[in-house]
Amino acid sequence: MTILLYDGTFEGLLTAIFEVYEYKFDPAEIIAEERYNTESIFSATHKVSTDQEKSDRVLKRLEKNIGKKGISQLLKVYLSENENAERLILSAVSQSILFPNEYILENFANSDIMEIAKITKSVSREVHRMHAFVRFEKLQDEVYFAKIEPDFNVLPLIIRHFKNRYQDQKWMIYDLRRHYGIFYDLNEAQFFEPALEQTSQLKRTENILHEEEIQYQKLWQRYFFKTNIPERKNMNLHVQSLPKRYWKYLTEKL
Amino acid sequence: MNFPRLQEKLEILADAAKYDVSCSSSGGNRKNKKGGLGDSHATGICHSYTEDGRCVSLLKILLTNHCIYDCAYCVSRKSNDIKRAAFTVEEVVDLTINFYRRNYIEGLFLSSGIFKDAETTMERLVRVAKKLRKEHNFNGYIHLKSIPGASDEIMKEAGLYADRLSINLEIPTTRGLKLLAPEKSHDQMIKPMGFIKNELNLYKEEKKIFKNVPKFAPAGQSTQMIVGATDETDLKIIKVADHFYQNFKLKRVYYSGYVPMLEDKRLPSIDSQVPMLRENRLYQADWLMRFYGFKADEILEKSNPFLDLEVDPKLAWALRNREQFPVNINTATKEMILRVPGIGRKSMYKILTARNFQKLNLEHLRKMGVATNRAKYFVEFESQNIFNKYIDDFNFRKIILQGMKSKFQNPFSEQLTLF
Ligand code: SF4
Repeated sequence: MTILLYDGTFEGLLTAIFEVYEYKFDPAEIIAEERYNTESIFSATHKVSTDQEKSDRVLKRLEKNIGKKGISQLLKVYLSENENAERLILSAVSQSILFPNEYILENFANSDIMEIAKITKSVSREVHRMHAFVRFEKLQDEVYFAKIEPDFNVLPLIIRHFKNRYQDQKWMIYDLRRHYGIFYDLNEAQFFEPALEQTSQLKRTENILHEEEIQYQKLWQRYFFKTNIPERKNMNLHVQSLPKRYWKYLTEKL
Repeated sequence: MNFPRLQEKLEILADAAKYDVSCSSSGGNRKNKKGGLGDSHATGICHSYTEDGRCVSLLKILLTNHCIYDCAYCVSRKSNDIKRAAFTVEEVVDLTINFYRRNYIEGLFLSSGIFKDAETTMERLVRVAKKLRKEHNFNGYIHLKSIPGASDEIMKEAGLYADRLSINLEIPTTRGLKLLAPEKSHDQMIKPMGFIKNELNLYKEEKKIFKNVPKFAPAGQSTQMIVGATDETDLKIIKVADHFYQNFKLKRVYYSGYVPMLEDKRLPSIDSQVPMLRENRLYQADWLMRFYGFKADEILEKSNPFLDLEVDPKLAWALRNREQFPVNINTATKEMILRVPGIGRKSMYKILTARNFQKLNLEHLRKMGVATNRAKYFVEFESQNIFNKYIDDFNFRKIILQGMKSKFQNPFSEQLTLF
């Protein structure tokens, strides 16, 4: 068994996959360096240095076999941060090389593919939830700011949606768990990583809110309360649709 | 902005609008023109859920709850002694924009009591939509209630700015409507529906020839029927729904279990229950007609015109038509697979693609997300399926019911994954 250690990036992972074939490592396991802690005496390690060209070659091949749609599925598996992500992606790539003329991601009777389908479904659901549950607060400098804590690393997957939607206002979405965000400045949406001393400020925004902000929040809360029909109360359905872990960032549930 | 006053109006006019159960923001296809605000999602987005489990997608309010009519089932009726309020056009626009910018909503659902006459009321609703589109470059979703009796000209204008238009039938039978809303008639409601249908067709035709035809209500029209305010049967209700789907190209029919809130001897007593399960079954029946290829009279028969409250209508159909089962998963048609209890549309597609790769068995179905606790009795494979023998069992219904926990599905969700 050969263990390939890579830097944790998607390109790094694709490079590692390339090298599995290049050096004919079989069996092989791919692990992100920062997650690798137990040295095993039964397996050799191979350190991968991320190589754009190798990664592009894997992508090209994938695009031919499973198309952009397939690649975006695998990207979702990667962003899921699932502990089996590398193994599943490697498995899918090998299958697509074995059966280049089939859309192997639909072979649902294969357990790896079914697991990929499950993971991508959860990630897509989280993306959808972020589209729904992001709540912006208007700050004094007219930036609309939102904090999120998604289960998966979906920030890269939601940029386009918010960019299409909010073109005439500056906005910022910040992932509290992964300590990075996106900022749209009326021209472009870009990733940013705040310096350590800034992160605490991003967590506490109540002193920098726009003067009208609290009023609109209150209006929204009252609307939310009044649009409910108490005679139809159904808390099971409520909690099922609006899982509790999202509540702390939902203006109407504060 | 006078926030306390605005808040008071919002509370009154949201409260008065909440009985309209339509919440959908789907079917919109407005793209954000360069630099504007908003972009409509084809599938719609529920931004929140109230404690009654309903999706909150649009800011749903009345422009005013002043009304010259006296419909028995409506809180805003003239004879009801309640607080009245009216928004200005600017206030509605401001709320919509500010809620939208904070990602609270997909857009606006604006309805109104009839405060002077139909035309004036409709004209005011259209003014809000026009202002949002023209002055604020707003591309979010707008659903306008059409006021029966408004002119074709104003309806036409409404369609230019709104994504969806709706007219609520409210009471499915002519007799019931006469009893509860003597000032209204179905004819009066059907007329604008017909007009909208024609405009939608016209738009489609013109679109083929000219590239830049202005959009007309791209998300189509919908309606709502109140369930349980009069004594109509479920068969009658789904027949009416079917009729409107077929003849008026409706996108959706909503069913709203009557919430008793008014003392009136024509209505169910104030302490009767909201018929939520019945309403849920009606949605399931509705889905069977729209997406599962069922006909109204396959779902219910004259001799038994009410939906089974114990089992969903698809399972009920299967129980009545056992001779059609078991269905062979590896060879059956798409239509027949869809009729298997426990198999929804998504699993159906998975089955169709996966069986190109290999023969499937029950374990595969389970992994694909099929509700095998029901489906197992109704499907067969190449190898023997021991559950098939129960189909002819006298107690089959009971056996199935024991094996499943009935789960209350959210009828208002955009993706009602049934059965
Ligand atoms: S016309 Fe509309 S608002 Fe007026 S009482 Fe009838 S249902 Fe209510």
